[in-house]
Amino acid sequence: MNNGDQRRLNGELEEDEEDEENNDGLAAWERAYADERSWESLQEDESGLLRPIDNQSLQHAQYRRRLRAASTTRIQKGLIRYLYIVIDLSKAASEMDFRPSRMGVVAKHVEAFIREYFYQNPLSQVGLVTIKDGVAHILTDLGGSPESHVKALMGKLECSGDASLQNALDLVQGYLNQIPSYGHREVLIMYSALSTCDPGDIMETIQKCKKSKIRCSVIGLSAEIFICKHLCQETGGSYYIALDESHLKDLILEHAPPPPAIAEFAIANLIKMGFPQRAAESSVAICSCHKEAKVGDGYTCPRCKARVCELPTECRICGLTLISSPHLARSYHHLFPIVPFDEVSLSLFIDQQNKLPKACFGCQQSLLGPGNKPGLHVSCPKCKQHFCLDCDIYIHESLHNCPGCDSTRHSKIPTANEG
Amino acid sequence: MASVPSKLYADDVSLLMVLLDTNPFFWSSSSLPFSKFLSHVLTFLNSILLLNQLNQVVVIATGYSSCSYIYDSTSAPSHGSDQGRMPALCSNLLQKLEEFVTEDEQLLKEASAEGTPSSLLSGSLSMALCYIQKVFRSGPMHPQPRILCLQGSSDGPDQYVAIMNAIFSAQRSMVPIDSCYMGSHNSAFLQQASYITGGVYLKPQQPDGLLQYLTTVFATDLHSRAFLQLPKSAGVDFRASCFCHKKTIDTGYICSVCLSIFCKHHKKCSTCGSVFGQAQSEVPSSTNRKRKASDT
Ligand SMILES: [Zn+2]
Ligand SMILES: [Zn+2]
Ligand SMILES: [Zn+2]
Ligand SMILES: [Zn+2]
Ligand SMILES: [Zn+2]
Ligand SMILES: [Zn+2]
Repeated sequence: MNNGDQRRLNGELEEDEEDEENNDGLAAWERAYADERSWESLQEDESGLLRPIDNQSLQHAQYRRRLRAASTTRIQKGLIRYLYIVIDLSKAASEMDFRPSRMGVVAKHVEAFIREYFYQNPLSQVGLVTIKDGVAHILTDLGGSPESHVKALMGKLECSGDASLQNALDLVQGYLNQIPSYGHREVLIMYSALSTCDPGDIMETIQKCKKSKIRCSVIGLSAEIFICKHLCQETGGSYYIALDESHLKDLILEHAPPPPAIAEFAIANLIKMGFPQRAAESSVAICSCHKEAKVGDGYTCPRCKARVCELPTECRICGLTLISSPHLARSYHHLFPIVPFDEVSLSLFIDQQNKLPKACFGCQQSLLGPGNKPGLHVSCPKCKQHFCLDCDIYIHESLHNCPGCDSTRHSKIPTANEG
Repeated sequence: MASVPSKLYADDVSLLMVLLDTNPFFWSSSSLPFSKFLSHVLTFLNSILLLNQLNQVVVIATGYSSCSYIYDSTSAPSHGSDQGRMPALCSNLLQKLEEFVTEDEQLLKEASAEGTPSSLLSGSLSMALCYIQKVFRSGPMHPQPRILCLQGSSDGPDQYVAIMNAIFSAQRSMVPIDSCYMGSHNSAFLQQASYITGGVYLKPQQPDGLLQYLTTVFATDLHSRAFLQLPKSAGVDFRASCFCHKKTIDTGYICSVCLSIFCKHHKKCSTCGSVFGQAQSEVPSSTNRKRKASDT
């Protein structure tokens, strides 16, 4: 894994150099146009007219490669995560190599990350820690509501003093040690400074984190530092340096999907939970959390029938953990992935052209290319229905259902016995 | 990830995707006969097309053993094939519907019918969403899509995961799922679908007056819907299905690795293969955690 990281880092550095050669002497605002190269995506057709290049098949090939890579990985994911995001607010964060400043850019993308994180990791929690003036502060406790974190972060954007990696790790390690054993403990550090100003031996702290099975990852904003690399290597995290803003965004969003579950990092367990009903809009009840009479808007604990205002929560009366079941269901597509569709070979077409469907099973788009010749498309190996390339991508990346398999009763295998 | 559609088109042009339940098991026991139900629906669809000449209607039949597109107002000949007095919509749709029902019945005979007599809602929902994505891809000027489930059959717990997947995809592309449920008990799937996607769930008190419910609640475009006094939600059934027996449960056990739901304690997770340690009944509360933290 570390070799891979290294290679990737180098690859990106080379790309960066190339870019700089190409853009030599361009002002920043000119470069934006140079990067887009809109003229290169035009092509002349038979009649000499300019048309956009048909890069659909190219894109589709890329997508299929991505899909194959994803389908080989195992389905065990660490879905219950406890993540501390450490944000470096030392004076290095005020540098303006990122616009408007490193701090501003980090805050913007951390906000987007927090929302995506909760979307992809139901039941997971996040906490925020800031480092400035050589000390680390808890900005927000571990919690499940994105809004409160974002609000706290945006209110505290000032930077000063030095950064201390050790103080931050010590603080976070103390908190993460108390979470239940089935949770995955993670730290994501957004590090701007080029040094760390520590009160003691940071190597000891790193070993402590390793012992507590905390996976530490760092995204650097300036240059590679040995201690960060060492930390990530020791604890199984990843270390990348952001080259520009869009790269930073990609790097941080890479931490949003659940990481592969590692048995030694978290112990599997069964957790008892209740799925409350949402009460009718006109019903009146006294909620157990605020002790107030409320009309509508509330959930009823299935065990003791007490009313609560928000989910997820813990019933104040009987102690049952209450969650909304759709919250859990958001992650189920990880468990039952749709098998990659097979490309329909065009030679097959000539033999049995009459038998093959003319329209996409999903969207009814014609599968015939220009001149009524069969175009490139795919078919599901299970239900044998044919789909256009756009549906193929939509089905695998957003819908996570095969419309063909779901509209057939006998070929349907009960989902729980798969996998 | 689905991209959020742009908002550049006229907001009063609708694309209505109607999912029509044709499950023979339900209609044979329903108080409202299927033929009557159809005449209500056809009148409703005709009025949608007359409300705005750019409106589009697509009908997908949700059968017991298959699903199929049976009507698309953009591809059907608009007024050409009038045989007798019936409008084109009716004759086209009825003909396709008849073909579909015969075929569906054929499939039903081939496979032995077992379990709950539910219809394949997850299939027709997935097809409707694919169709809507095609409309989104067609450019910034497209009608505002919404899905209307005219459902009568009870929920098929074995479709739980697929239906939830469809609901989340609809939510991500901001497509509301409306439901008009004709069965005797409420449908937990459709209640959740409408609640999560911001659609309307309605269970007509008097099925005989179906057309009235359809035209007052579901005929207006999404923009004008804001001016309506919509039926108040009678609650949402958030129960889930257990993965082991496909039973609907309100309390259960969750695998901490994959979040699979089970109705009772197991030694091993059948979904992800994790072996469970000693039963831990509840998650320690965050308040407890905070208390401990401040003590140290
Ligand atoms: Zn309350
Ligand atoms: Zn309770
Ligand atoms: Zn398609
Ligand atoms: Zn299939
Ligand atoms: Zn069960
Ligand atoms: Zn599991």
